Amino acid sequence: MKKLLIALVTLVPSLAMAASGHNVHLESANVDLHDTASLERGLDLFQNYCSGCHSTQYQRYERVATDLNISVDDMRNKYIFTGSKIGELMENSIPAADAAKWFGAAPPDLTLVARVRGADWVYSYLKGFYADESRPFGVNNTVFPLVGMPHVLQGLQGLPVKQEDGTLVATGGSMTAEEYDQAMRDLTGFLVYSGDPVKLEREALGWWVLGFLFIFFIIAYFLKKEYWKDVH
Amino acid sequence: MVKNIIDWIDARIPMTATYNRHVGQYPTPKNFNFWYFFGSLALLVLVNQLLTGIWLTMNYVPTAEGAFASVEYIMRDVEYGWLLRYMHSTGASAFFVVIYLHMFRGLLYGSYQKPRELLWLFGMLIFLVLMAEAFMGYLLPWGQMSYWGAQVIISLFGAIPVIGDDLTLWIRGDYVISGATLNRFFALHVIALPLVLVVLVFLHLIALHEVGSNNPDGVEIKKNKDENGWPVDAIPFHPYYTVKDIMGVAGFLIVFCYVLFFMPEGGGYFLEKPNFEAANPMKTPEHIAPVWYFTPFYAILRAIPDKLLGVVGMGLSIAVLFILPWLDRCKVKSIRYRSVIHKINIAQFSVSFIVLGYLGVVPATPELTIVARIFTLTYFGFFVALWVYSKNEKTKPEPTRVTH
Repeated sequence: MKKLLIALVTLVPSLAMAASGHNVHLESANVDLHDTASLERGLDLFQNYCSGCHSTQYQRYERVATDLNISVDDMRNKYIFTGSKIGELMENSIPAADAAKWFGAAPPDLTLVARVRGADWVYSYLKGFYADESRPFGVNNTVFPLVGMPHVLQGLQGLPVKQEDGTLVATGGSMTAEEYDQAMRDLTGFLVYSGDPVKLEREALGWWVLGFLFIFFIIAYFLKKEYWKDVH
Repeated sequence: MVKNIIDWIDARIPMTATYNRHVGQYPTPKNFNFWYFFGSLALLVLVNQLLTGIWLTMNYVPTAEGAFASVEYIMRDVEYGWLLRYMHSTGASAFFVVIYLHMFRGLLYGSYQKPRELLWLFGMLIFLVLMAEAFMGYLLPWGQMSYWGAQVIISLFGAIPVIGDDLTLWIRGDYVISGATLNRFFALHVIALPLVLVVLVFLHLIALHEVGSNNPDGVEIKKNKDENGWPVDAIPFHPYYTVKDIMGVAGFLIVFCYVLFFMPEGGGYFLEKPNFEAANPMKTPEHIAPVWYFTPFYAILRAIPDKLLGVVGMGLSIAVLFILPWLDRCKVKSIRYRSVIHKINIAQFSVSFIVLGYLGVVPATPELTIVARIFTLTYFGFFVALWVYSKNEKTKPEPTRVTH
């Protein structure tokens, strides 16, 4: 009986903890998939800073251009660095085996990273780099401890240093803190889009389907009522 | 003209007679309530799975190298491929929601009791094959949870003494889950098990129409027939229940399509987050959880400290449902006219099942394991208690006619 009581008392808090999963605090990414200008800025950042190592190999350039209202010429001239054709998959140029040798592990494909980790995680990760001399690239990450990649966006953000209260303060970057936050929101938005590119179309279609079904339900209800009125 | 064609066919196969026997003049109790929608809905979801499955197969690549990318190809490059895929993945969860509610209906109104034992057994076989079908289907997207979930579940067979290791090797076709496993699971998922499923559904319906449908009052409508031999409390299935079921289908589709279009991941329970990462045999996920519909049984497995006993316990938790018609010795079927203790027993069983389902989703901690053990006992306790009290149960008098 005592064991049972202990179990029940400890059940509630442990369930709450289980539900929250990680105990790292994540900042809200707050992305807006309707804001195609923001998503295009995110694409710009991704292609310039990330795509050297990370692919988005399940997505095609042309699809991104169509969805984000980018002209085919702009896509070719501004965002395709690999010489790929517009209809091809957004693969990267470094061979996985070499990458694994250089970084210890091949940089993962990021097409679906926002679906695996969640938008808030991606946003917090991008803002989570800080100086740590003990690491090979001189940086560590608050949400991804012992991260295996350098702080690629250091030129934009500067090098954040962990303060005594745990906050990160960056100096020496080309962007202010607010500009960097917005840039990371753009980049996160692009990755959220990339993980589920059909989301907006799906939801728009969903309202039509639900609307049809509601009307269908009402008709079916009255049809049933009519047929059943002589059943007693 | 039409009549001539029908006559021509009827002279060769019993088309009209079969239609009348199973639809047009099938005597159905007139007092079906909400719970009776789930039979026809199960058929609807089955058809949905078969049709979307066929179209998914047209673009899916059943190899370890190509499977994950082909699913994303379907999601992005195939016209309305995302719709087919989400209909299929949401349909899998919907199938279990519908089946669990359908089984619960049987439990409430004693639909498994004499003379419907075989009907119940066919239904249980459908449930068993459905679980195998869902398990094998979940490997096909070849994501992290597909891979590691299958790894964990197949390794359970290794707990069987003597033949365990050889058996797991035989199932996988390899020493770990690999492309060989994916190939055979694909074959079983798209051909073998669906065929068995369709045959079992056919037998389930034949058995139902032979003995006639039970109803919320649990009284046999065949005992009370008019001068034409038609049960006085029955109405023909068509048009009464076809129009009613169409209404049920519309209601169901509203919920189904809401999930499909607005939350196809089902909060991470229908499509688990780690499954958006391609299978990686070198990297074990932090927490391996089976899909929600297996978790009550998985929780029982984990609650038992010994691996072999755990597997036996999990097997028993499903097997015991098969002998339900013989465990319940009460002459009264419906919960409406049964004792308070029976009502409490069914209530505690429902709570146990849901709590175990929740516990199977979350990582096990020492406290939660104790909770899981308690609810494993109450789960099995339901069947033991039922067998004990149902012999001389204090029941209320049953009505002679169905109540409306």
